[in-house]
Amino acid sequence: MSDRLLAGLAGRNPVGLGRHLAVHGPMPDVTSELVREVTRAGLRGRGGAGFPAGIKLAAVAEGRRPVVIVNGTEGEPMSAKDRSLLRRTPHLVLDGALAAARAVGAHEVLFCASPQANAVVAAALAERAAGSRREPRVTVLESAPGYVAGEETAVIAHLEGRAPRPRVTPPRPAQQGYRKRPTLVQNVETLAHIGLIARHGAEWFRERGTSDRPGTTLVTISGAVQAPGVYEVASGMPLADLSRLAGGLTEPARALLVGGYFGAWVDEDGAGMTLDDADLRRHGAAVGAGVIVVLGASACPVAETARLAGYMAGESAGQCGPCVHGLGSLAGVLDRFATARTVPGDGERLVRWTEMVSGRGACAHPDGVARMLASATRLFRTELEEHAHHGACSGCAAPATLVLPGPSRARAAA
Amino acid sequence: MALWYLTRGTGAAALVLLTLSLTLGVVNVQRYASRLVPRFAVDGWHRTTSLLVCVLLAVHVGTTVLDGYAPIRLVDAFVPFGGTYRPVWLGLGALALDLLIALIVTSLLRARLGLRAWRAVHWLAYACWPVALVHGLGTGSDVRPGWLTWLSLGCTAVVIVAVGVRLADRGTAIRVRAGAAATVAAGVIALAIWLPSGPLAGGWAAKAGTPPSILGAKAATTARSHR
Amino acid sequence: MTRRPTAPPGEELVLDPIACTGHGLCAELLPERIVLDDWGYPMIDPQVPASLREHALRAVKACPALALALRQARAG
Repeated sequence: MSDRLLAGLAGRNPVGLGRHLAVHGPMPDVTSELVREVTRAGLRGRGGAGFPAGIKLAAVAEGRRPVVIVNGTEGEPMSAKDRSLLRRTPHLVLDGALAAARAVGAHEVLFCASPQANAVVAAALAERAAGSRREPRVTVLESAPGYVAGEETAVIAHLEGRAPRPRVTPPRPAQQGYRKRPTLVQNVETLAHIGLIARHGAEWFRERGTSDRPGTTLVTISGAVQAPGVYEVASGMPLADLSRLAGGLTEPARALLVGGYFGAWVDEDGAGMTLDDADLRRHGAAVGAGVIVVLGASACPVAETARLAGYMAGESAGQCGPCVHGLGSLAGVLDRFATARTVPGDGERLVRWTEMVSGRGACAHPDGVARMLASATRLFRTELEEHAHHGACSGCAAPATLVLPGPSRARAAA
Repeated sequence: MALWYLTRGTGAAALVLLTLSLTLGVVNVQRYASRLVPRFAVDGWHRTTSLLVCVLLAVHVGTTVLDGYAPIRLVDAFVPFGGTYRPVWLGLGALALDLLIALIVTSLLRARLGLRAWRAVHWLAYACWPVALVHGLGTGSDVRPGWLTWLSLGCTAVVIVAVGVRLADRGTAIRVRAGAAATVAAGVIALAIWLPSGPLAGGWAAKAGTPPSILGAKAATTARSHR
Repeated sequence: MTRRPTAPPGEELVLDPIACTGHGLCAELLPERIVLDDWGYPMIDPQVPASLREHALRAVKACPALALALRQARAG
């Protein structure tokens, strides 16, 4: 099977404009017709929520003086696909961003990504500057650190010069976003797909993937695999095949974390599931941003989950009481499990609070953590009980599989 | 005659209720609650007492103006420091009334104003109370050494405790708390110096700026000043 | 105060979770629809039938943080 987004890429260096056009072909003239084409293609947002891109485009196209924001924040620590795309095939992302801008009638595109990615994008822009006066104005801006900084209203807040915190919706950014203007906030991978849909059309896009999630998907595979990295797969691929794609396992697996830190722990064999939301949802999981972490048998799922819960509690934007207090309390319970200091009722507290925090915030942060913890409670029940009764296991001291950056609020303040 | 009594009575009652309102406001913001005293009750009493203060002050102002004994116009009740009768001390009353009106109006329009603007204005409550107190001591014609002094001092004690509780709240920035504590201390010291040398000393009525015409009449009918 | 003969159907409570600071007055005034979680923040069953409308309005007005609103439920 052939790559689409990653087609023609060799190594880590960015593909120049000439080679880009040779691989993907010239970019056709884009009109508002592209909105219908993306809708027909059934493209879903690849930032995590999986919202249909066509609906967003159509909503933004209705408003006056719209803006397009390219969201390359990628706050999910285990995800590398967006920065990989930006740094290796910036012209494809630019094609998608400019096509989306023309389709919705926007004259302004704001690129929001890391300094390294931005440098590549700026170089790509310089490369195509000659003879393209019609193009919307592109401004390259640095993204904010932090797990929730990639949430679309947080990105807007950041670009407006405020702290990168989500706000209450509605109004959705499509109605009232950047400086009150209708705003299309779209993930980097989503826009790259739009760059291809503009060229090849909806029918071509749907040739791969499932009916619920057509097209290919970028996944970032890490953990106990031989060749961790970013891979392009068709949606609907069995989870069990993913580790094979990444060169096979380095040791027997204990579990998979599917969908990133907002995702769910599932059995090491993927429990017969495929990379498709309709399928994963039945197990409380979702494709999310396409993150797959393979937890090896030598690692301790309780210690990993406890550390993750602590990290996620610290990444709360600190705005909504149930998120601040609830995630903090949950992290405390998990920590007591991991360190064999549980007090009577902690098991019930874990279940009760996991249910209690879900849906209680302005953004989906508490929901995502609740989903992850609910799956951990189901899957690691035995390990949790063992830790509560017997203390640390041999895997507790193993190097951490899940990467946890330092607290972003402290970093932002520094 | 009856009007003069009403003026003083409503003034004193207003001070008591204003003290109660401020205290309830502090209790409210400190989120005190128990089985017998739920949060909504404290909140409701705070609102009700504040509105009652307004009613009392309407009577207080009305009777003062209608009495006609002292040359006080309706405008003097709202525009501070413009009158001829004890201009400073009466002016403080007008100032307190203006502050209170601002507090009430913004509270009634709170949903429209938004929380931030409302709260900014509501801090004025802590300024309104001492201004009202000093107005009472400065214009109350029989402060020396009567019940009004003790009532005022009692209310002051209650407010100091309430403000102390509010300042003990760690939610407020330490700088703000220190500044507020210093202000309260300075106010208490100022009161302790001013009260014995001012209203409690002899000849206050003249010093306070009572027009000579009234002072003369007062000397003629001493009974009147001791009502 | 004039009141409609029948309260408009299909109103719902909307909470602004960022504005909410967990005072808890709403749960005291509308226990039929609002309970507090273990940290003192309201968990809301948004449907407000006509019979509860007045209590709901009272809860909305009592919120010290202006975090609670009563809105016409969206169709569907």
